[in-house]
Amino acid sequence: MFLINCPFCGEREQSEFKAGGEAHIVRPKQPTELSDDEWAEYLFMRKNIKGVQFERWNHVHGCRKWFNMVRDTSNDQIKAVYKMGEKPPVE
Amino acid sequence: MSNNLRFKTSKFIDETYRISFKFNNKTYFGFKGDTLASALLANGIHLVGRSFKYHRPRGIMTSGSEEPNAIIQLHDNSSRTEPNVRATEVEIYEGLVASSQNCWPSVNFDVGGINNLLSPILPAGFYYKTFMWPASFWEKYEYFIRKSAGLGKSPKVADPDIYEHKYIHCDVLVIGAGISGIIASKMAAKNGFKTLLVDEKSYLGGSSIYDNSEFSKINNQITSSWLEKEINEISKLENLEIKIRTSVAAFHGYNFLLARENLTDHLPINQRENKVRQRLLKIRAKKVITATGSIERPLIFDNNDRPGILLSSAIKKYIDLYGVACGENNILFTNNDTAYETAMSLIQRGIKINAIIDNREQIDSKISYEVEKNNIEIYKGYTVVDTYGYKRINKISIMKLSKDGQTVIGDKTKLNCDCLGVSGGWTPAVHLFTQSGGKLKFREEDQIFIPNVYPSDQISIGSCNGDFGLEEIIKNTLSSIKKFLDIDNSEYKTVETISGLNQSKRNIWLLPSDKSIGKTKSFVDYQNDATAKDIKLALREGFRSIEHVKRYTTTGMGTDQGKLGNMHALGIISETAGTKMGEHGTTTFRPPYTPLTFGTIVGRNVGEFFDIFRRTPIHDWHVANHAEFENVGQWKRAWYYPKDNENMHQAVQRESKAARDSAGILDASTLGKIDIQGTDASEFLNRVYTNAWSKLAVGKCRYGLMLNEDGMVYDDGVTTRLGENHYIMTTTTGGAANVLGKLEDYLQTEWPELDVYLSSVTDHYATISVCGPNSKKIVSKVIPDLDLSDEKFPHMSFKNAKIDNIKCRVMRISFTGEHSYEINIQANYGKSVWEKCMEAGKDFNITPYGTETMHLLRAEKGFIIVGQDTDATMTPIDLQMDWIVSKKKYDFIGKRSLYRSDTIREDRKQLVGLLTENPEEVLEEGAQIVADIKKSPIEMLGHVTSSYYSPNLKKSIALGVVKGGKNMLGQKLIIPMENKNINVTVADPVFLDKEGERLNAKL
Repeated sequence: MFLINCPFCGEREQSEFKAGGEAHIVRPKQPTELSDDEWAEYLFMRKNIKGVQFERWNHVHGCRKWFNMVRDTSNDQIKAVYKMGEKPPVE
Repeated sequence: MSNNLRFKTSKFIDETYRISFKFNNKTYFGFKGDTLASALLANGIHLVGRSFKYHRPRGIMTSGSEEPNAIIQLHDNSSRTEPNVRATEVEIYEGLVASSQNCWPSVNFDVGGINNLLSPILPAGFYYKTFMWPASFWEKYEYFIRKSAGLGKSPKVADPDIYEHKYIHCDVLVIGAGISGIIASKMAAKNGFKTLLVDEKSYLGGSSIYDNSEFSKINNQITSSWLEKEINEISKLENLEIKIRTSVAAFHGYNFLLARENLTDHLPINQRENKVRQRLLKIRAKKVITATGSIERPLIFDNNDRPGILLSSAIKKYIDLYGVACGENNILFTNNDTAYETAMSLIQRGIKINAIIDNREQIDSKISYEVEKNNIEIYKGYTVVDTYGYKRINKISIMKLSKDGQTVIGDKTKLNCDCLGVSGGWTPAVHLFTQSGGKLKFREEDQIFIPNVYPSDQISIGSCNGDFGLEEIIKNTLSSIKKFLDIDNSEYKTVETISGLNQSKRNIWLLPSDKSIGKTKSFVDYQNDATAKDIKLALREGFRSIEHVKRYTTTGMGTDQGKLGNMHALGIISETAGTKMGEHGTTTFRPPYTPLTFGTIVGRNVGEFFDIFRRTPIHDWHVANHAEFENVGQWKRAWYYPKDNENMHQAVQRESKAARDSAGILDASTLGKIDIQGTDASEFLNRVYTNAWSKLAVGKCRYGLMLNEDGMVYDDGVTTRLGENHYIMTTTTGGAANVLGKLEDYLQTEWPELDVYLSSVTDHYATISVCGPNSKKIVSKVIPDLDLSDEKFPHMSFKNAKIDNIKCRVMRISFTGEHSYEINIQANYGKSVWEKCMEAGKDFNITPYGTETMHLLRAEKGFIIVGQDTDATMTPIDLQMDWIVSKKKYDFIGKRSLYRSDTIREDRKQLVGLLTENPEEVLEEGAQIVADIKKSPIEMLGHVTSSYYSPNLKKSIALGVVKGGKNMLGQKLIIPMENKNINVTVADPVFLDKEGERLNAKL
């Protein structure tokens, strides 16, 4: 179980958090203008990387804030944690 | 015989404290400090169990948690019974009752022993191969196989003991209180690290604490004396917490470890009342020092499993720590120097050693010369080829090893003995290290795996790191810890060690025999009866991966997880397959290191704390009025209120009729309630619901349907506009938490620009719904000041009111299709308002109804229940609820998905009403719906989602989903059941009062 450094509360147990899938998938501003394929791309297509992955997490049993996290899925090392709306760190 | 097996020399045994215990219905005595194993050995008992497959007699083999054979049932037939307990770990106490497992009728005469004679036809994979055909027979085979399988018996009643969980945070965790663990703890604690030291044993010091030999000294003191002083010193350190009887079960990533602390298992039963038995420690350590030591390897030769055959180190521990001799005529069989330490311990107490069989041709160490000086014959370059004695070893035969160690030569010599100590060298206990994700490397010279790559801030020291000599252990521990903790330590400036041992070893994984391999039984895994022959067979049959060989032969799959024999299995595989050791890797070491009780795992989360119950503020009234309850999520909801021996059907029929004929009352407090405020609240609702909200006037209510982004119905409920920028949303009971989560997600991540604030207020209000033609009269009695006229208070509107000066909110909304009111009041007044309503409704036969009646009433009206009539594949269009989907709104969650190629298919499953040909016939919910039963396979068109007998319509009604159902009105379909086919007609899902006359009736 990892320790997650919530950007609002500090380091907490993983059991306080909920994973929310891949990060930086922006909901289209004008969904009605999109073709079925384009909408499906937003709706269904998610990466499942072995390695460094950008993810959404929610401190559901804490401050209930959503934030982003960079995690290496091969060894569970957390590389960075940053607030929603902030730019992802470049490596 | 038993008298001279106990030597009064151990300070760990309190001979003034005699303890009686029962083993296999016979009473024995031991002393305080004994384990069950040491006490049995002191009584001359070696035979304690029967093996798993062949039912061979088995004795105590080790002195610790690695024990494969001496696993027993504690307190059989009592609520505290526990199977598969290692006798070597049980500290005896007054009242202990233990019995052998896997034998019938007794351990001395076991019918299953026939399997030993049948063993030629019980090879590895026997069950896989034999019980395959015919496949339909498996159930019959299974009955008999299950009966003969398994070791202990599980308890039949609830565990009476208390367990708990505890979090511990520390700077440094030291696992193992052997010599290196003690040194590491002292260095860490004295340098300001908050340190926790744990050890699975009941004492500190590991095997060095009973190392009284002249051949290993530290600073010119006998090892045990030096260590005792160290332990005395660290016990006083403030920075150091020490936990004994604490076994680390799992080492996870991020230095998160689980350990089981045993608190009462060593106490007499009558001293355990109201005490926590075991505690699961959840340890977060900044740094972890693993000092788990090593486990002595047995040697693999024919019949190496007889009672009386023990690890040489175990014999040493029994005599040095417990003062118990395992035998009177001992032989030691070794490939390294450690057996000579055992020999010296026996010699010092005058216990007879008949011979030492050593694989090595050359032995060159001080300690071996000393043993030789005592006139003990050492057979150099020899091996044991067979052993004799059914329930206790009485003889061995030995032969000379060839130069390459692959065959035996010369004549066979027989030697008498009643105890054989074996030593095949040492295997570092790297289990925890590998659990944490660490990578091992193979060290050729002594054929061991040692830690190589550490995945977290941790280090392994002492013999679990492959350091075996006393000098090496201390020197390397000091330098590793200094570096690891980044300290300049002055604690141990000068540590001088003397050791009489040499680290030479002659490793032969499978010792040769004069018999062919097929005729031998050389056990590799004692607990699962896996032999060298089985492993070779697996390889012959084509298995190559160690993981496959393990599963095929069950090597290492017992409760001991192959702590003794796994290395030999790897060795035999690589020798047979002609590959290099280490190439195959090892099998995976999985937690827990030693078995955990279920009690420890669940802790306090048992009984009513297993999953918490939520009760409404009116719960006590429901209980007092004999309600039956239904679990909805975590809530306990009143299901129905049986009167005078009514069954459920009768009660529901009565309640349903009363609600429509006069008045019904429902506790709706469990509905989720979310308070929504902010200048963008209306815009927010526009985006999350399918219908439009901007024009909803203050004081009005509206039903809303919420979708997922994929267009499927997610939740529904009525939302009321309390003020210009203030709404209260209701959700389904089960969906409340998820809806709040989803709304927060969108607000925080997609629309952070919206000025909206959400609070869950589900628990803050009690909600009482009064419905029926007399509801207005009742509510006007409860709230006389409130104008209930249809002009002032029409359907789908809300009013603030007061009951006895307590503020409440009254909504005129309806889930039954009847004229009805919903009173929301601060939760703690809920019960008194409910009672007021009951009082006011007395003259109108006000009838409390539960969830079942609520479901029936809404089904009459064709109202859906999300999760019952929908299943995450239903769009609002599928539900024939097109009317609630705004065409004008530019966007809302899920809108785009409503016209994907898949969601506009005509033949999607759609919600319809179903009427049975025979109006008395009630369908089963979940039943399949078909059109043509002659076609094979029968095409399934859909299923029944809700079904009731309506007392108001006097017929059976049902809702269901049917492919293309929207266009099938009036069509006949069939519900095939086990014994009959039921004819139904597709109908409008609204069965009662489609025009809403009842709702709008002038009352």
